[in-house]
Amino acid sequence: MEHIRTPKVEQVRLLQRRAGQRKPLLGTLYLSATHTIFVENHPETRRETWVLHSMVSGLERPPGGPTGSQLVLRCKDFRVFHLLFPLERDCVDVHASLTRLSRPESYRELYCLSINPNTNQEEREKSWSLVLPSQDYQRMGLPNNLWVATAANSEYKMCDSYPAQLFVSRWASPAVLMGSSRFRSRGRLPVLSYFHQDTLAAVCRCSQPLSGFSGRSEEDEQMVTAVMKANPGSDFIYVVDTRPRLNAMANRAAGKGYESEDHYGNIKLHFSGIDNIHVMRSSQQRILDVGEQRTPSMSDFLLGLENSGWLKHIKAVLDAGVFIAKAIADEGVSVLVHCSDGWDRTAQACSVASVLLEPYYRTMKGLMVLIEKDWVSFGHKFSHRYGHLDGDPREVSPVLDQFLEVLWQLAQQFPCAFQFNERFLLDLRTLAYSCQDGTFLGNSEKERRSLRLQERSFSVWSRLWRDREKYWNPLYRAEQSQTQGVLRPNTTPYCFKMWKGLYSPAETPAPPAQTPVDFLSSVREGSQQLEQELANQQEVAAGGPAPLGTRQATGSPDRGANQLPEGGGTQEED
Amino acid sequence: MEFAELIKTPRVDGVVLHRPFMPTVEGTLCLTGHHLILSSRQDNTEELWLLHSNIDSIEKRFLGSLGTIIVKCKDLRMIQLDIPGMEECLNIGSSIEALSTLDSVSLMYPYFYRPMFEVIEDGWNSFLPEDAFKDLEAMTDEWRLSEVNRDFRVCTTYPPLVAVPRNVDDDTLRKAAGFRHGGRFPVLSYYHKKNGMVMMRSGQPLTGTNGRRCKEDERLINATLRPGKRGYVIDTRTISVAQQAKARGGGFETEANYPQWRRIHKAIERSNVLQDSLVKLVEACNDQSHSMDRWLSKLEASNWQTHVKEILTTACLAAQCIDREGASVLVHGTEGTDSTLQVTSLAQIILDPACRTIQGFQGLVEREWLQAGHPFAQRCSMSAYSNSKPRHEAPGFLLFLDCVWQVLRQFPCSFQFTEQLLVLLFEHAYASQFGTFLGNSAAERVRLSLPEKTVSLWSWVNRPQEIDHLSNPLYEPNSLVIWPSVAPQSLLLWEGVFLRWNRSPRCQEEAHEEMVHIIEYNKELQNKVNSLRRQLAQLETQEPPLQTP
Repeated sequence: MEHIRTPKVEQVRLLQRRAGQRKPLLGTLYLSATHTIFVENHPETRRETWVLHSMVSGLERPPGGPTGSQLVLRCKDFRVFHLLFPLERDCVDVHASLTRLSRPESYRELYCLSINPNTNQEEREKSWSLVLPSQDYQRMGLPNNLWVATAANSEYKMCDSYPAQLFVSRWASPAVLMGSSRFRSRGRLPVLSYFHQDTLAAVCRCSQPLSGFSGRSEEDEQMVTAVMKANPGSDFIYVVDTRPRLNAMANRAAGKGYESEDHYGNIKLHFSGIDNIHVMRSSQQRILDVGEQRTPSMSDFLLGLENSGWLKHIKAVLDAGVFIAKAIADEGVSVLVHCSDGWDRTAQACSVASVLLEPYYRTMKGLMVLIEKDWVSFGHKFSHRYGHLDGDPREVSPVLDQFLEVLWQLAQQFPCAFQFNERFLLDLRTLAYSCQDGTFLGNSEKERRSLRLQERSFSVWSRLWRDREKYWNPLYRAEQSQTQGVLRPNTTPYCFKMWKGLYSPAETPAPPAQTPVDFLSSVREGSQQLEQELANQQEVAAGGPAPLGTRQATGSPDRGANQLPEGGGTQEED
Repeated sequence: MEFAELIKTPRVDGVVLHRPFMPTVEGTLCLTGHHLILSSRQDNTEELWLLHSNIDSIEKRFLGSLGTIIVKCKDLRMIQLDIPGMEECLNIGSSIEALSTLDSVSLMYPYFYRPMFEVIEDGWNSFLPEDAFKDLEAMTDEWRLSEVNRDFRVCTTYPPLVAVPRNVDDDTLRKAAGFRHGGRFPVLSYYHKKNGMVMMRSGQPLTGTNGRRCKEDERLINATLRPGKRGYVIDTRTISVAQQAKARGGGFETEANYPQWRRIHKAIERSNVLQDSLVKLVEACNDQSHSMDRWLSKLEASNWQTHVKEILTTACLAAQCIDREGASVLVHGTEGTDSTLQVTSLAQIILDPACRTIQGFQGLVEREWLQAGHPFAQRCSMSAYSNSKPRHEAPGFLLFLDCVWQVLRQFPCSFQFTEQLLVLLFEHAYASQFGTFLGNSAAERVRLSLPEKTVSLWSWVNRPQEIDHLSNPLYEPNSLVIWPSVAPQSLLLWEGVFLRWNRSPRCQEEAHEEMVHIIEYNKELQNKVNSLRRQLAQLETQEPPLQTP
């Protein structure tokens, strides 16, 4: 590779404090096209450390000492590596190379797009068909007599950050769609996100209206009425503006803003008070600092946690979801959700509400579909938010992190409700940042299509699905009360904890204790092997194929629910 | 009977009861000498039986002729009684207040309680010092059981039997006792089988301002050291607190007189500070209207988690000296009945796998708290809601249980019991039908004839059905020393106690049931497979291969 000045440096010391390491390792550092690789000299262990270039978020060169020159490597998964080079020249070279390698200027430079697309063609195509938003609309029973598909955006002409496939109220004419789109920031008109089959209420999403202080659009008002009409059970809808009220009001001065209850006769307005991406970015930096404090006192820690504001923001996101879920499930009233552009806070609020409302989204497959639909297809700007390319650092913000953390917080309250475990959330987070697959590249469906990602890369979902055994929550059982129906979390502040697995993984007891998840998973695995042996032995004992059914009949009929389905799930025909 | 004088109104009809996570019940309220009872006289609702001694304080409110009494319990629960009629309400209120603050121990419920279960093993005999010593004797002959305190004269807060170095005679012990706070001369707390090192505990040495010394005391503790080895004195107080203690006749071991000992000072807080923390913490937990910022700052300001961290850190230090440094340790604070016991008992949880079993943990509580003279009656007479000014009250035992919970949470598979056992001990330490936690010392328990006149908590706990209920399905005996992380990020608020009445336990219970289910199912399969294997093996041996066609 043209950017690698020195492919190999010997006698380098590496220290990773965050992993609980105390003494540096001595070894050789290699730079490849994709990874920084460190191989320990120790002949017995030869431990290897691999760091993807795309995971590097920062490089620093603190002043060197008599023992050599230092390079600090910070990663997007919050790992920090301290490297010590014997020669300053090597350090300078590695620094320069990594600076360039970790900040690709175009998608072309990304490793996942440099593979030969024609090998594994079948596998690649299969990987992209594993999770499709269309499957989810089908699952919700759409289209139906209330919600219909529209071709208005099939060429991305009405809204270039929306998907081609949109579901809208049956009562909205093409003219109303166009007019409403023109009156919404970046053309993001109200469309369906989630349809609740029990109450017929729906979660819809859009961006802020271009109302300014007094602007109106007849079509947009008709559009909102159409959303209301698509729910036969109620004569108004909630408009949830996920921003703090002050921010929403300030937007009016720029010709944007929020819906006036006077102009839209059939709405009730609710503000959720979720702060913007800049506040979130600096808040996360502060909670990271809290996690990295060396030997803090309890007061340092708790005050640091408070000052970071992070848990307050997590609570705000969950509260927004709870408000929407209650409106849908308890009141049977549809909700229209927006923030400013409708691709960050709106994605968070809609998907949190969906997880609370719909047990399917608490399964691995369900969460994948939800993220594919609410985030990927609806134009959450993955490449900007997670810094895939060298760009404006002010566009970077941990929006998806917060959604995943809300799920983690929920799993603390409902240990049996989710099919997946903490590892799944952590790995999913890493994959959103790491550019190893095509799914999260780009900022919209349109951009992804023009990059021809499906022809040039794999989908992230097949990678996660392949490892599903590792992500299984042993306490999950489909028929438990918390698995069914609507989740009603307690959102009192004392219910929120710092997500230690993400922000402070180094502080562990010694010897490392087995987690209940690992323990129960291994027991569960053991049970499966025993079941197998039992079946075999019964066969031998009976001198022929024994009635395998004894277990299902007498033992534990519910066990069937614990088996992970093989293959890609239900819609495999295509 | 005196109770009747205190009960102004024995029963009121039409009382409405509100309690956490249960439907509202309307029924008859009855006051007896020991209980507040509310019964709807219908089969499908659960009656309320509340011990008066569990009531920490009450609050009365009136709306017209409808009175409301909020009963705040020592186990931190709050219940509300709506009582029609102002006079009835006032009478009930003052009766409860009188009955819940009875001074005389002999009027306490344990003296009246008759067990409704069969006592399989009398808990009063389950953990006798002589039995514990038999285990020690099997490991070493360097220690003996001394009867120097047979009649509680040498030390009023020690049990009649204590383990001391074999080559130190009772006379030396008596003299050393004169040099230690409350007569609490250094005695054996724990013997570390792996390397023969020991942990001892005592009261502070009475050096005073002019640096008194006591040769016998020095000889006693030096007798526990191996030749050429040094030991550690862990003083649970800061150096400045220890210095100040000199003015009141106390003090600490100086380098000059104890050259073979290195002294380390820690900063575990004293009783009134701890009580204050408990009150603040519970107040913060009960206010659901807090914003996130306010909650975190209230939690911080209560300092509760700071105490947890400090106590665990000190226990880890003691354990480290013994296991890693291979040195013996003497632990004391001022009296040696509070922070000292927190440290010595937690260090044993860390070092000794036997303390992590159900029986072993009871034995630890018996040895290091009850026999060791933690003044339960004084410390646990009031809890977080009491309005009166605390005198001797302090949640030292609750803090110990909290620390055990932290370790249990970090090592979820290493304890034979669940959190439930810890919660149960917390409840019974503050209010109980059993006599175990009455009195302040072994001497008092003898004087009060508790073993003869009351039932032991251990008699109840150690029945198969209760053991079953307290067992941890994830338990796998772990013979290792376990080192908990004491970083603040690793220490959590003990929800099982402090948020117990604010959050529904249903989902966590479901998770627990599921764990039990997974493990039971595995055992069941294991049994089936084993019996099939045996059958197959039998078939093979009985039937030689002659029946081939």
